[in-house]
This record gives sequence, C-alpha cells and structure tokens, in this order.
Amino acid sequence: MSASFPFSAIVGQEQMKLAMILTAIDPGLGGVLVFGDRGTGKSTAVRALAALLPPIRAVEGCPVNSASKRDCPDWANISSAKLTSRPTPVVDLPLGVTEDRVTGALDIERALTQGEKVFEPGLLAQANRGYLYIDEVNLLEDHIVDLLLDVAQSGINAVEREGLSIRHAARFVLVGSGNPEEGELRPQLLDRFGLSVEVRSPDNVDERIEVIRRRAEFERDTRAFMKVWKAEDMKIRKSILAARRALGKTDAPEETLRLCAELSLGLGADGLRGELTLLRAARALAAYQGDSAVTRDHLRQIAPMAMSHRLRRDPLDEAGSVTRVIRAAEDILA
Amino acid sequence: MRAPVTQWDLALRALTAVAIDPGGLKGMILRARAGPVRQAFEAELSSLPKPRHRIHPGLSDMQLYGGLDISASLAAQKLVREAGLADAPASLIMPMAERTQPGLAAKLAQMLDADRGHALILLDEGADPDETVPASLRERLAFGIELEGLSHKDCANRLPDAAVLDAARARLALVRPAPEQAAQLAAIAAHFGISSLRAPLLALRAACVFAALAGRQTPVEEDITEAAELVYASRATRLPEPAPPPDEDPRQEEQPEPEDQGADDSAPREGVLEDRIIEAIAAQLPPDFLERTVQKASRSGNFRGSGAGARRKGNRRGRPLPSRPGRLDGTTRIDIIATLRSAAPFQRLRQRNRKCAPRIILYPSDIRLRRFEDKSDRLLIFTVDASGSSAMARMAEAKGAVELMLAQAYAKRDQVALVAFRGSGADVLLPPTRSLVQAKRRLAELPGGGGTPLAAGLLGAAGMAELGRAHGLSPALIVLTDGRANIGLSGEPGRTQAAADAQLTAQQLSRLGLPGVVIDTAARPGKDGAALAAWLGSTYLALPRADAQKISAAADAALGE
Repeated sequence: MSASFPFSAIVGQEQMKLAMILTAIDPGLGGVLVFGDRGTGKSTAVRALAALLPPIRAVEGCPVNSASKRDCPDWANISSAKLTSRPTPVVDLPLGVTEDRVTGALDIERALTQGEKVFEPGLLAQANRGYLYIDEVNLLEDHIVDLLLDVAQSGINAVEREGLSIRHAARFVLVGSGNPEEGELRPQLLDRFGLSVEVRSPDNVDERIEVIRRRAEFERDTRAFMKVWKAEDMKIRKSILAARRALGKTDAPEETLRLCAELSLGLGADGLRGELTLLRAARALAAYQGDSAVTRDHLRQIAPMAMSHRLRRDPLDEAGSVTRVIRAAEDILA
Repeated sequence: MRAPVTQWDLALRALTAVAIDPGGLKGMILRARAGPVRQAFEAELSSLPKPRHRIHPGLSDMQLYGGLDISASLAAQKLVREAGLADAPASLIMPMAERTQPGLAAKLAQMLDADRGHALILLDEGADPDETVPASLRERLAFGIELEGLSHKDCANRLPDAAVLDAARARLALVRPAPEQAAQLAAIAAHFGISSLRAPLLALRAACVFAALAGRQTPVEEDITEAAELVYASRATRLPEPAPPPDEDPRQEEQPEPEDQGADDSAPREGVLEDRIIEAIAAQLPPDFLERTVQKASRSGNFRGSGAGARRKGNRRGRPLPSRPGRLDGTTRIDIIATLRSAAPFQRLRQRNRKCAPRIILYPSDIRLRRFEDKSDRLLIFTVDASGSSAMARMAEAKGAVELMLAQAYAKRDQVALVAFRGSGADVLLPPTRSLVQAKRRLAELPGGGGTPLAAGLLGAAGMAELGRAHGLSPALIVLTDGRANIGLSGEPGRTQAAADAQLTAQQLSRLGLPGVVIDTAARPGKDGAALAAWLGSTYLALPRADAQKISAAADAALGE
C-alpha cells in the first residue's frame, strides 16, 4: 500500500482533526463520528492519523496484536515471545461485510477438507489496539451494528458458534463516517460514539485550491512531499505522546464538573454519557494544550462535538444541533 | 476551437485517458442500453491494460478478495489460495452496473481508494433516471458519459493504437501541471456547484493525461478544457450564472458571493479563460439537466442500506428455502445434511478410486448452501384526513381499508396503524397492531370535522414510522387527503403558513425513505395532492370516490406487493 497523506497537510477541517487527535490521546473516549459530504477527506484523515501515531509493540505473529505473550489468546498457538513493532492498525469495515468476517469464524473449508477445527480471526481481531473505520456507517446492516456496539462496549469479542467458544480482546477506536442525507443513524449507535463532528467541503475557493495543490504535489512526488510535512507531523505526534502522559495529572475542578452537568441539563440530553464524554474529552484537550486543569474554555471548545449528537432531534429545527449546542454553551459557560 | 464532438467521441476520449492512466483516473461510467453502440464501445475496451476481467453485480467476496481454492486444495491435499481481483492491478469491466448493491459498491470503493492501480469500467444499463450506479462509485470514477440517441454509423472513430497509448503512458510521469491550473480547475468546479474535492483532482489528472497524449510537458488550455468538460459535465449540480444561481437547486452548498470574489482575487487574469471553459462545459450538459438535478435531490433520501428490512433472500435467518449447490465464499453457510445427502450415493464409487480414503469423500460439487427468505413485517401507516364535510365518508372508507388489510395480515405479515388529523392536531387512533378485534373496537368511534392540519398529521406519521422502525418493522405510508392544508403546526389557521409547514414536514419525512402512496380524496383531484406526493417522494393516486376495496388494492399495488 502506498504512503498515506500527511496528517498535518490536510487543509482546514480543524474540528475533525481535533476530534481524532483527542481519541488518540485518550482511546477510551469512545470513537468519532464524522458526518458530511463526499470527498471532504474523511478517510484520508483516519489513515493519516494512524500513520502519524507511533508504531505499537506487539507479539510476533499474534492475530490480535497483543502487547505481551500473556495476552495472546491460546487458540492462536503463538510460540514466540518476541515483540515486533507494527504500525497502528487501521481496519476498514466495508458495507455489506458478513458477520463471519467481522467476528471471525470457524474456517469451514479447512474443517471440511482437512478435518481441522481452526478459528479464522476476523476484522475485530485485526483492529485490536488500533482503529476500526466504517465508511457509510449509517447504511450498515442492523445486525452488524448491534454486534459492533456490543464489542465496542465490552472490549471483548466472544464467538460462540459452530462448536467454537473463543474470546479475544478487541479494544479499538471506532471511527464512523457517512452522509446524513442518505440515512439516519439509530440513536443507540449515535450515543455510543464519543465525539461527533460535521464536515463540509470548504466553501472558500482559496482553501479548495490549496487542497488540490497539495494533493497534486503529493501524488507527483510523494517522497519530497512527505519530507516537507514530516516535521509538522512529528510535532503533533510529540504533543499527543506528551498529552497521554499528562492526562492523569490534569485536574478537573469541582466547578468544571458542575458546568458539565449544567450544560447537559440545559440541552436536555438523554443519559449521563454526554457529560462523562464532555469531561473526558475536555481533559484530553487540556492535556494536549499543556494546561494543568480543565477550564471553561476547554469545555466550550469540546461541547459541540461531545453533545451535538445526543440531543433529541427536532424535525423542524433547520439550524442543526451544533448551533443549539453552541448557543447553550455560550449561555451557560459565559 | 475544435470540431463539434459527438457523445461517442467524448466516450472514446474518456476511455483513452483511462487506458493511459488507469490507476489515477480510476475508470469511467458509460450509460447506454445494450445495442450496437454499446457493442462498439465494448470492442474498444480491449485497449485497456491487462489483466482485464469482466465482473458482475453479484460478485462474491471470494472473487474479490481471494480465498481458498477448494478444488485445488482437495486435489493437492494441501491449502491452495486463490488470488482475488483486489490483489493485483486490473481493469474491471462491469455490465449491469446499475444493479450494484451498496455493499459491493463500498467494497469496490475501498479497493479504488487503496490505490493499487485498479480501473473500473461500469456499463450502466439503467432505464429510469433513478436507476443508476451508487453514488460512492460515481464519486470516485473520473468520467460519466451517456451514449443515447446514437446510431451505429456515428461510431466510426476508434481509439488510438496501443503503441500511442503506451508512449503516452511513458510520458505521463514527466508532465507537470502549472500551479495556476489547479486553481482554475477548482474555481470551475465551484461554479458548477461540485462540492466534492475529488472532482478537481481527477480533472487535473485527466488534463495531464491529455497533455501526455499530445506530447506536451505541461497541459495547455485545450487539455484543461477537455478534462473539465469530461469530468465536470456528469457531476454538475447547477448551472453557472453570472447572476445569483437559480433557486431550483435545494442542495446548493456554496454561497455564490464569496466564490466569485475568491475567483476574482486569485485569478483575475484567467477569468476569461475560465469563462470559456465554463461555457464549453455548460454546452455539454443535457437539456433536461435542471429537471434531473431537482429529481436527484428529492430522491437522495431514498437510498437505504440493506438493513432496512425489506424482503430479501439471504442465508442468515428467516423462512428456510431449499438449499442449493454453490461455493462457500464467506457470505454463505453450508447445509451439512444436504451436503452429505448429495454426496452419499457416490461414496462406493469414490472409495474404489482411492487407496487410503477417509470415511466420507466430499467433492466441491457436493456442497449445498443454506438459504433463507428473510422478510421483516410491514407496518402500513394510514394517515387519514378527518377534516371538514366529507370526513365521515372518507373515514369510513379508510376504516374499511384498514380492516381489509388486517384480514390479510396473517398471510402477509403486515401490521397496520392509523393516524387521523383534524382540528388542531393529529391523533394516533390505532397503534401498530395485527389484531383485527382490537382494531375494530378502536375504530368504532371516530372523530371528524374541523380544519386540515396536514403538517401535524405528517409529523404524527413520521413519529409512528420511526417507532415502527425501532421495532424492526418496515414502515410504509398511506396518506388519504385532499392536500389542502389550512392549519399550521402551531395550530393557527392560515393557508400559506399551513402549506409551508406541510411542505417542510413532508420533505423531512421523505428523508426517511419510506415507500408511500398519497391517495387524493378531493372531489376534484388537483395539484395539491400531487404536490404533496412529490414532496414525500411517493406515488400519487387520485381516487375521488374510493371505497375500501379500491383503497386497499391501490395501496397494495403502489407499495409493490
């Protein structure tokens, strides 16, 4: 596969880039949902982010990228304890994928031809410790969605079928993208995504031209282009790594907690997941920006992406939920 | 500048470009019904770089991604992997491309995004305007050409020789576009309301290809014009106008003003050139372009994933169908009993031919696959106008239709719900049910009279549809009304506001992509009902004196059962 476009060279789309960086800092945030038009660089950004992150250390030959020999599932029969580094996995989950391919299944052909009972790991195994990217997530079949929800929440993929009983770790950051005009996402799935951002194609000609120019340069002379942007990418990588370390030391004062709760109440969001994510993402942002405590400013920046997809839909509100959140945030966090 | 070109020449130019740079341009869509013209085009496909494969919309994962070659494995007594189409660069030609399911389209799109040098030639044979290739593929392939109204005689021209193409391919790496050319192409795309950024990238690439073909180091105006014509004509969503664009285009993303300013700032000198190119592209647009744009916009919501619950044949769940022979390709499940049964009669024979045979010898041809017919229950939502004078008669007929449909519910697995609107709001008279008894009791007393709060009624139906969907039903909408709304959502009377609200809610509702039918019950069916049907994207039926039988039959026919 060819080199992926450098993350720092993506023009604009600041919200999307920020949301992705935050999940890289704190994978427990619960994924990003990117809704927007076609051709706005959604999948480019996911791949670029994974290329930006430092490689992970995993046991050689382990199908689920385990970090140590102890974590390797016993069905994989891994003999070596050697660690190798591999790039952060990004697994595409295409529309129309079968359940077998997602969870893994008995390799039935091998069972028939050779009489061996072998488990063939699926996409969830490959995505462990990395990213699972679903393009057109709103068109995904319901039974696959249910399955993903279950695994994303528990972090464990359990396969109980055809005489197999197998479980393995499946902790991944779910990144979904789609075009809302083509179909809505069920509220249950919406709520499971930690952050959601809306992207639109840039409406400024200069910005569009810049996109085309960079992409054309990238295609013409990939190596030279990568060299130019490498330094920027490394800067982001360093900040992400520093933020990961600082995450535990970042304070969330009592006042901030109160603000989170007030904001959530003011918006009438269902459940508590909204404010939990809000706080967690704001903390990641504070760590990323090198601040020692979470402040109003962080909350204000995070509120649209953490809350906008958790509001009750109002079919006649043309302004969209992002505007509603920004309005509420202005009121409450003023 | 150039001689007027026919669609055939355009198709040839596009194909030439794809043959020179298959991996960069990703391919093209050719829309033409089967016939001599398309045959002539297919003959030209032999200039595409090898390997060439013909694929079909039922392409399996196994063929695409490769997998275990079962016959070779059995013969060799060890695992033999079969390479898939996605593994190596190839030119893939797909007839009947309009039948591509979203699932396959997504996999093909993923394959194209991986940049492994695949080119996809989609031969779209759709008859209706909305029978077409999925948007995810249309977006990624560089060209879209329609060959219509051509006769075989128009197709005299041929592609350049293979040697010319090879030479151009070799030169392509040396072609460098000038920096301002990217800017020109981006600005032109904005004029046509093309929001995706893939389009200008593909156009730039195509311009380089045309320059390479002509033996130039840098694309010139002619190359840019040709590339823009070929790439943008099929993607335009609006006509460029010096004045503010017409408001027919509801999906318009960009504000016209900043664009114009931006274009002026960045390229005052090229303004003239851009205008020329824009005119050239505008000339390429089909005459019914605006109509189509409006249609496309109104239909965009009707494309749904296969999880929507309509009837489908599958191999997961549902009513079992007879199993049938086939290959295991990851999407299918084996029917062990049927497989053993089909192998059983030959065991003696097979044992004799082998020395140390296992107890059961299976050949690939014995494998039987399990199939099910999976169909989720339909939820028919009757949305009935209970207003004004003729309400009583209309309600009685709707009641009759509900009861008729319920009577067949066991056979068809339908559920029925009834929402009535009158006065200042809508009421759910009958929540989704399959019980005839309950329905009769609920329907016995029926309010009528008052204004026509159409918007409120539609909102009620939308709520019901979402509820139904959450319960795994596939909702369908049957609206009985004269379409003359006179009460707005706020409950205030006033025709203008009521009509505006109704339009808004109807368009929101159409996003759900429900199958539906509007039955116009006005004494003189008029444009109101038809307009409502258009907003909803449903079928329109005028039945001024409909009785229960007619309504139930019409609903059945319109909903495709």
